[in-house]
Amino acid sequence: MKKNEERIKAYNKYVSAKVPKTKPWPTLFNSFWVGGVICLIGQGINDLILFLVPNISEQSAWAYTLIALIFIAAFLTGIGVYDKIGKFAGGGSIVPITGFSNSITSPSIEFKSEGIIYGICVKMFTIAGPVIVFGVISSALVGLIYYIIYLFI
Amino acid sequence: MEMFLDYLWVFLIGGLVCMIGQILIITTNITSARILVTFVIVGVFLEAIGVFDYISAFAGAGINVPIIGFGASLAKGTIGAVKSQGLLGIFTGGLTATAGGIAAAIIFAFIFALIFRSHTKK
Repeated sequence: MKKNEERIKAYNKYVSAKVPKTKPWPTLFNSFWVGGVICLIGQGINDLILFLVPNISEQSAWAYTLIALIFIAAFLTGIGVYDKIGKFAGGGSIVPITGFSNSITSPSIEFKSEGIIYGICVKMFTIAGPVIVFGVISSALVGLIYYIIYLFI
Repeated sequence: MEMFLDYLWVFLIGGLVCMIGQILIITTNITSARILVTFVIVGVFLEAIGVFDYISAFAGAGINVPIIGFGASLAKGTIGAVKSQGLLGIFTGGLTATAGGIAAAIIFAFIFALIFRSHTKK
C-alpha cells in the first residue's frame, strides 16, 4: 500500500516536470500586440468600406467588417495557420471575433471524419454553443429589465 | 496625424482587452470557451449600463472586434427592439442584431470544413 503511494507521488512529480511551463511575460506581450493588430486590421477594413461605399450606415459597415474578419479567420483555420497564431498569442487570438470564428471552424474540420451531420454540424457548436446561449439569455434579461423600466416611464 | 492617433487607440484598447483575456488564462487556467462566454457577458453588461458607446467612440475596432462587441450588439439589438416592439423584442432583438456574424461563422465553417482536412497537431 505504501509502495503504491510512493509510486503515485513519483508519477505526479514526473508529470509536473514534463508539463510545458508557459512563461507569463512573453505570452502577455504577444497576446497584447497580436490582439491589437487584429483590431487594427478590423479598423482598416471598416475604414476601407466607409471609403468605398460612402452612404453605408455605420452599423452595416461594422457588420461587413466582422463578416470579413470571420471569413479570414475561418480560412486561416482551414489552412492551419490560425492554430499556430493561437499557440503563440494565446488570449490575443481567442478574445477577438476571429477567435469565435476559429472556435466554430476548428472542431468542424477536426471531426469531419465522423460525417457531415454528427461530425461537422454537431461539433461546430462545442465552444460557440455556450457563447450563444449565455449571450442570448443575458441580453434577453437586459431586454426584460428595459421592458419593465419602459412600462413605468 | 488624427488618423494615426485613432489607430493608436484601436491598437492599445484592443491589445489591452486581449491581454486581460491572457491574464485570466494564466492566473485561473480558464478554458477558451469560458473566456468567450465571460467576455460576451461583459459586453452585454457594458451596453446595458450605457458605457459601451463611450468606449466605442474613441476605441472603434479596439472594442468592437473583441467578442465584447458581439455581446454589446446582442444587448443593443434587444434594447432597441424592446423600445420599438415591446415584449416581443426581448426574444427577437438580440439574434436579429447579431445574425450576420453568427450566420457568417456557420457558413464559412461549413464550407471550409468540406474543403480542408484536419492538420495533425504536433
